[in-house]
Amino acid sequence: MNSSVITFPGSNCDRDMHVALKKFGFKNKMVWHNDVELPKSDLVVLPGGFSYGDYLRCGSMASKSKIMKSVINFANSGGLLMGICNGFQILTETELLPGILLRNKHAEFICKNVFVKISDNKNSYFKNIKKKTLELHIAHNEGNYFCSNEQMKEIEDHNQVALLYCDKNGEINESSNPNGASKNIAGIFNKKKNILGMMPHPERMVDVALSGEDGSIFFKNLVNNLK
Amino acid sequence: MKIKIIITLKESVLDPQGKVVQQALNGMGFKNVNEVRQGKFFEINIDEKDQKKAEEKAHEMCKKLLANLVIEDYKIIGSQ
Repeated sequence: MNSSVITFPGSNCDRDMHVALKKFGFKNKMVWHNDVELPKSDLVVLPGGFSYGDYLRCGSMASKSKIMKSVINFANSGGLLMGICNGFQILTETELLPGILLRNKHAEFICKNVFVKISDNKNSYFKNIKKKTLELHIAHNEGNYFCSNEQMKEIEDHNQVALLYCDKNGEINESSNPNGASKNIAGIFNKKKNILGMMPHPERMVDVALSGEDGSIFFKNLVNNLK
Repeated sequence: MKIKIIITLKESVLDPQGKVVQQALNGMGFKNVNEVRQGKFFEINIDEKDQKKAEEKAHEMCKKLLANLVIEDYKIIGSQ
């Protein structure tokens, strides 16, 4: 399996993603934002961080960088494209995914473990995962998912919700919503479900000695689904 | 030609930044401040003498980059 991780100026989870992908069997290449061509890839990842210092709006400048043309073509032709945290913000700014990530409701940076419920498993990312909830890490200032009422209707009509913030029992309610996201949304797909954007960081949960293992479940499953 | 643009959050969108500024103002003694909404201001120098053409370009810039129309409105408030 070949993967590519795009590094923008200000990305800071690109190396973690590289380590995680390699650990579970991907042959990963790091790709610089100023490159034009994508290497041959089964999966492309836009990593977390603070691309372009979050200038203008989070992800807005990165969405216009040179490599994004190839990334958009790759995704439009059905390639698997995943954006984590700042990568999710970049995906909404390119309009590959609907909506936008607003400043957290309580105006504070959140850095903690959360539980997320897998809302849809008829896709390459979550198919065959047996666990219903995963414990993953979030670290963001702008993770408050927002979209227009029309966009929300479309998202729900096409089962585009990927992950929902929940408590450890899988209950989805206001107290398990860390940032004010509409309907507790932590991640969404495009209609074809080849593009996934999510705020939680699975790459931070791939070593039981350091953090947790639920990220390992995600990556192992992803590799198997792609075989 | 110099074009001035303001970008504001749509009414329906929560503005936690504005809320914090409002609370700070209240705490400083400006008790009658009921709401603060924060926006952005751009001053763009463009090499174009025709006002209409310059404003057309400014609209395009707003739609493509400067504003995110899911949550923001923009207004060209001057060009000279």
